[in-house]
Amino acid sequence: MTKILSAFFAFLLLSLPARAGFDDTINELTAPIASAIGSFVFFKIPVLGAQLPVVVLWLVIGAVFFTFYMGFVNIRGFKHAIELVRGDYADPDSPGEVSHFQALATAVSGTVGIGNIGGVAVAVTIGGAGATFWLIVAGFLGMSTKFVECTLGVKYRQENPDGSVSGGPMYYMRKGFEERGMGGFGRVMGTFYAIGIFIGALGIGNMFQSNQAYVQLNTVAGGGLDGLGWLVGLILAGVVFAVIIGGIKSIARVTEKIVPFMAIFYCLFAIIVILMNFTSIPQAIANIFSGAFTGAGVQGGAIGALIIGFQRAVFSNEAGIGSASIAHAAVRTPEPVTEGYVSLLEPFIDTIVICTITALVIGTSQVADPNFAGEATGVAMTSAAFERQIGWFPIPLAFGALLFAFSTMISWSYYGLKGWTYLFGEGQMGQTIYKLIFCAFVALGCMVQLGPILDISDALVFLICVPNILGLYVLAPIVKREMTSYMARISSGEIRKFDH
Amino acid sequence: MSNSVLIAIDGSPGSDRALQYAKDRAKLGGAKLIVAYVIEWSPYSFNTPEENAERHMRREQEIERATSGVVAPAAALLQAEGIDCETVVQHGPPAETLIRLAEQNDVKQIVIGRRGQSGIKTLLFGSVAGNLIQTSPVPVVVVP
Repeated sequence: MTKILSAFFAFLLLSLPARAGFDDTINELTAPIASAIGSFVFFKIPVLGAQLPVVVLWLVIGAVFFTFYMGFVNIRGFKHAIELVRGDYADPDSPGEVSHFQALATAVSGTVGIGNIGGVAVAVTIGGAGATFWLIVAGFLGMSTKFVECTLGVKYRQENPDGSVSGGPMYYMRKGFEERGMGGFGRVMGTFYAIGIFIGALGIGNMFQSNQAYVQLNTVAGGGLDGLGWLVGLILAGVVFAVIIGGIKSIARVTEKIVPFMAIFYCLFAIIVILMNFTSIPQAIANIFSGAFTGAGVQGGAIGALIIGFQRAVFSNEAGIGSASIAHAAVRTPEPVTEGYVSLLEPFIDTIVICTITALVIGTSQVADPNFAGEATGVAMTSAAFERQIGWFPIPLAFGALLFAFSTMISWSYYGLKGWTYLFGEGQMGQTIYKLIFCAFVALGCMVQLGPILDISDALVFLICVPNILGLYVLAPIVKREMTSYMARISSGEIRKFDH
Repeated sequence: MSNSVLIAIDGSPGSDRALQYAKDRAKLGGAKLIVAYVIEWSPYSFNTPEENAERHMRREQEIERATSGVVAPAAALLQAEGIDCETVVQHGPPAETLIRLAEQNDVKQIVIGRRGQSGIKTLLFGSVAGNLIQTSPVPVVVVP
C-alpha cells in the first residue's frame, strides 16, 4: 500500500510542470457552458436602462408578498423567535430531541459561508456601495419567505422507517399540493425541485465555496499556489470524501463546533476594523444610502444596485431557495409554525448582521483609500480591506474561509443528497454515487475562475427558486392559518412558557 | 412529608456503590427510592444536518440502552429486597435535571456516586457532584 502511495505521489510531483496548465484547460472548457446556462436562467428584461433578470424579480415579488400576507411576521415575530430559541417554550419533561437552537445553528452554519465574506465584495464591486442597502432590504424581506418555507418543511416532512426524517420543498410540494387537490402537479413540482437542489448543491454549496477558499489560501501564500488549484482541490475533496463517504463524523463535528466561534471572531474583528476606519464611517454610510437611490457610477443606476444587492442577498441567506427547510425539518414539534419563527432569524443573522458588517469593512476602506484592493475581487478584496488595518488578519481569515466553506459544503452535500434520495430512493449504492460526484465538484471548484463559477452557481440556485416560490404561493394560506391559530393560543395563554 | 430518596445512577462502579448505599439506607428507614439515569445532553450543542435528522431515532436508542442496561437491573435488585422504587430516564444537563427531579418528587435527599476524576478534568468540565452540592435544595450524599 505504501508503495502504491509513494508511486502515486512521485507521479504527481513529476507531472507538476505539465499540470500547471491543467487549470487553464478546465477553465477554457467550462466558461462557455457557464455563460450559456447563465444567460438562459438570467433572462433579462430592460427596466429603466438596467437589465433586470426575471428570476430576481420573481424572488423580490415573492418576498414582498409573503411579508404583507403574513402581516409583517419578520418584525412582529422577531421577539417570539428569540424566546423560542432561548428555550422558553421547550417542555422540560421531553428533552433530548433536536432543539430550536440546534436547528437554527445547523441551518445558519449551512448559510454562513464564503458568500458573507466574498459575495458581499462582489456585490460592492459591481453594484457600488448602494448595493449594500438593497442587500439589507432583501435580507429583511427574505425573513418572511424563510418563515413560510420552514413552517412547511416541518409540517410536511416524512418519517422514514428507520426513525430518521426527511423534509424540504420536494416533500411539502408533493404532500401539500395533494391536500389542496393538485396531487399530480405537486409530484411534478417536487421532482423538478429535487433535480434542482441536487444539481444546485454542486454550485452554491460546493464549487463557489471551494473556489473562494482556494483563492484566499493563495492570497495568503502570496500567489505560491498559482496553477495548483487542482492540488488544493484534491486535498479539499479528500477531506470532504472522508466525512461524507468515509463517515469520519468527528471532522464534521469539530467543524460544526468551531464555525459559530469563527463567525463571532470574524464579526468582532470586522467591527474593530470598522472602528479603526472611524473617520470614514459617516462617508461610508452616506455612500450606501446615496448609492441606493442614485446608483452613481453603477451600470443601470439605482435599479442596477438593487438587482445586484438582491441577487447576492439570496445567494447568501438562501431565502426562497428552500434549502433551510430541509435542515429545519428535523425538529419534532407539535407546532410546525414555531420552526418558521425560528428560521426567520437566519436571514437576519446572515444578511442583516454579517453581510452588513463585511460591507462596512469594505466601504470604510474604500472611503479611506479608493484603490485599496487593486484588482482584487471577491474574498481577496475583503481580505485586503482587513489587511489595511490588521496586517496578520488574512491568515486567520483564510482559515476561517476554509472552515466556512467546509461547513457549508457538508450542509449542502446533505441537501443535495435529500434531493437525490427523493428521486432515486434511499439505496446505499445510489447515495455513494451522489457523494462521489459531489467530491469531484469540490476539486473542480478550485480549478476554474470565479466568474464562470458564479454564473453556474447563481443560475442553478435561482432555477430552483421558481418551483419553490410557486409552491409557497399555493401553500401560504395553510401557513397563515397555522400562524393565526398559534398566535391566538399564545395570547389566550393556552400555550405558555415553561418554568425552567 | 414524603419519605423518598433520589438515587442517580449511570452504570459506573461509583454509581453501583451509591446504589448499594441507598438500598441499605432505604431498608433501614423504609424510604421509597427514585432511581434516575440522566443522559447527558444539551439543547445548545452544534450538530450536522444528518445528526439532527437522526436525533429522534438516537434518543429512543439511548433511552432504551439506559433502561435495559442499567435502570431496569437496578430496579429489579431493589424490588427483590422489597424496596419500593420508581425509575426515570431523562436527557439533560445532569445536575440541573437531578434537581428538577428532586423538586418534582419532593425527595428528602439525593444520593450519587463519586466519579473520582482528576483535578484538571474537573477544572475543565466541572463535576456533577460539585454542581449538585452547590445548587441542590435538599441534602446530597456523595458515596465514595
